[in-house]
Amino acid sequence: MTTVTLAGSTVEVDPEGFLVDAQQWNRQIAQEIARANGIEQLGDRHWQVVNFMREAYLETGSAPSIRSLGKTSGVPIKELYELFPKGPAKLASKIGGIPKPRGCI
Amino acid sequence: MSDTIEKVSIIISKGSLEGIYPGLIMANGARMEGIEANVFFTFFGLDAINKAKHEHVKVATVGNPGLHLATWAGGVPGMSALVTHQLAREMEKLDIPPIPEFVEMIADSGAGLYGCKASVDLFHLSSDDFIPQVKEIITVGEFYGLAGGGQIIFT
Repeated sequence: MTTVTLAGSTVEVDPEGFLVDAQQWNRQIAQEIARANGIEQLGDRHWQVVNFMREAYLETGSAPSIRSLGKTSGVPIKELYELFPKGPAKLASKIGGIPKPRGCI
Repeated sequence: MSDTIEKVSIIISKGSLEGIYPGLIMANGARMEGIEANVFFTFFGLDAINKAKHEHVKVATVGNPGLHLATWAGGVPGMSALVTHQLAREMEKLDIPPIPEFVEMIADSGAGLYGCKASVDLFHLSSDDFIPQVKEIITVGEFYGLAGGGQIIFT
């Protein structure tokens, strides 16, 4: 575990940069992680996905698969990849301050 | 060579359920990691993108030692359908989509889907037989051209 400063807050991250404690997250941190991962400004559609992932994780203890993300987040798969070209589930989790999804699908 | 994978081209050559899924899972998994992916369907693997057949892909129950089923039992009428049905139910629990939906998902993720020209000719098929997500029917030479700069995975 490493301690880093994101948007003025001190947070713990894993070796890949995912927040260790989802409670340390806030929207400024999200924006800073997004920028470091090639998304200059988080738009409404980005937020829709990030919030969906985060809420699903906090509710169920695991992040949704890309399939259910496409079906239930309100953002279809094609657009998910346009919003997060480097991998929607992975990147939205990182930005949302939740652990990296462990599923294969 | 870089120590991260940036691009993969996956060949799916078999037409059984267990022959098609691994390639699809690897292609989808590549896109999920932000890795560029192409999928090349050849021989019976074409069934995965064939409009008339992709809903009817089955587990091979004959000559499949992995099932640990007596050879005679594998040939019992309906056995293949039964095993396929059971497996499909288990996969749904893991949120693994059926083949038609999975292929569409992979196309939507930005992966390129291609059919093999030699196989298409061999089976007297044409591009009309395939789902619209298939970009093109290409030769093996064109496939190598597309695969340039990446890894090739044969399944």
